[in-house]
Amino acid sequence: MSVQLALSAASAKPTGKRPRFLENWETERLLTITMALATELSVTRQRLDTLERLLAAKGVVARDEVETFTPTKAEAAERGLWQQEFLTRILRVVQQEAEAINATDDSSENIADELAR
Amino acid sequence: MDGSGNITDARAQAALAAYDGPPDYRVVGQHGIYPKVSHDEIERFNFLAQMNRFLAGKVMPGVKTAFDKRVAPTFKAEHSRDFKDRHEVRKALAKDPYWQLWSALRRSTMETRQQAGRWVTLRQREELVERAAALIGADSDRLVLDPDLKLPRYVEAIDHHCMPGSYHTEYGPGDVANAANYDCGLFATTGGMLGRFNDGGGQAVARWVKKNLPDFKPKRILDIGCGLGHNVLPIAQAYPDAEVVAVDVGAPMLRYGLARAQSLGVKNVTFVQANVESLPQFADGSFDWVQSTMFLHETSYASMQRIFKESYRLLAPGGIVAHVEQPQYAATMPLFEQAMRDWDAFYNAEPFWTKMHECDLDAWLVAAGFAKESLIHGGVTAVVDKSVFPDAAEDDGEDYGRKAAWHVVGARKEVK
Repeated sequence: MSVQLALSAASAKPTGKRPRFLENWETERLLTITMALATELSVTRQRLDTLERLLAAKGVVARDEVETFTPTKAEAAERGLWQQEFLTRILRVVQQEAEAINATDDSSENIADELAR
Repeated sequence: MDGSGNITDARAQAALAAYDGPPDYRVVGQHGIYPKVSHDEIERFNFLAQMNRFLAGKVMPGVKTAFDKRVAPTFKAEHSRDFKDRHEVRKALAKDPYWQLWSALRRSTMETRQQAGRWVTLRQREELVERAAALIGADSDRLVLDPDLKLPRYVEAIDHHCMPGSYHTEYGPGDVANAANYDCGLFATTGGMLGRFNDGGGQAVARWVKKNLPDFKPKRILDIGCGLGHNVLPIAQAYPDAEVVAVDVGAPMLRYGLARAQSLGVKNVTFVQANVESLPQFADGSFDWVQSTMFLHETSYASMQRIFKESYRLLAPGGIVAHVEQPQYAATMPLFEQAMRDWDAFYNAEPFWTKMHECDLDAWLVAAGFAKESLIHGGVTAVVDKSVFPDAAEDDGEDYGRKAAWHVVGARKEVK
């Protein structure tokens, strides 16, 4: 199956030692992933734009209606909730770092030792 | 906006007036072996074309500023002298955080481009095999493959421009995947500068030869390092009565090249798998024109010298050899520019680029047998449909080594 080949090999490393540019590889790795995500965000935005234009061309939704759309109070609440959920998801690490400041966590190694006593 | 989905004339005019950038990917010519590209795959290439343009136009100027304001002054303060060569400049630049950021973005953009193209082509690999075979059909005598060919070291050593598997890897019988990847992603790297069929370079060569050598009527033309043949087809089309032979080491490139030529109605090219350092299958003086377009920088000193000698042997008296490349590193070229042009050598897997651009091509052509008086020099820019594609000749920007503006270096064999 070609799609299986694509899944396993589309992201293959080319031969030749990869240069590194930033002082810190963790940061460069993150930059690289971020730019891949930016690519996908752009793709999604363009797909949405295509849909809007097609819907407008067929007279289903005029693009002005998108621009002037005003949610009702309930709709705004639903949308606000979604955005809050989204932020909670993507900023998980920030929340956990804050919680860790006050935590009195023990390591799994220590807990394992304790549980084996 | 009138609500019908069609933007109003005024709004269209305003958008067209405001926009300066690559055309939409959908203007790329969909010849018969072009891989099928979905909406989102197209938009990925569109983004990458914009990203490359952004890096060249908006980010790279900052590298020059960093060089002038801190890299060069720091070097001078530390060494009490100016830079002595481009390598010192590059190594000093590599310590600068802004160069590092630009470089990290440029490298990751190339890797994303390769990933995007590989996804498109690998997912339809088997279908592409069938389509290529169907297009080649009964004309398989114009595809001469050599499964036992030993790869030259310069191909084996590294996957050029971060293209996994390079020109030669076959993922199965009759494979064309990597050629399709090269073809469908070239738009992203060049921002459309090479035109509808990525053949602006070949068109430029054909036009240059017709203009500068009007008496030249080649009957047999040899294109060396042809890749998928995108630069040789315009030459074959410009000289439809000529018999054209295009040589490369990569079987996927040659299969795709012939299928592509078939679909574009070009019937006078034969694609041959061979190492162009030695082509004993062709007799002395059997070609009127030996052409390479953006090939020498992916070879080696030893092979280049053999290629020059072999080209000399293959040329008939009065025949020409022409190599199209980015400009050599002349003493007049600022060291900063040389160092920036070297980026692809060290960071985009084009290792020989730096060496090739510092050698004396004239001397090597003379050493291969060509008379010094017969040497040819010229400059060309990609020939594209200017109503749709960006025109390199009118572009004041610089993308150090990636702009579609090249030098022609060649020679004409003496008539004894």
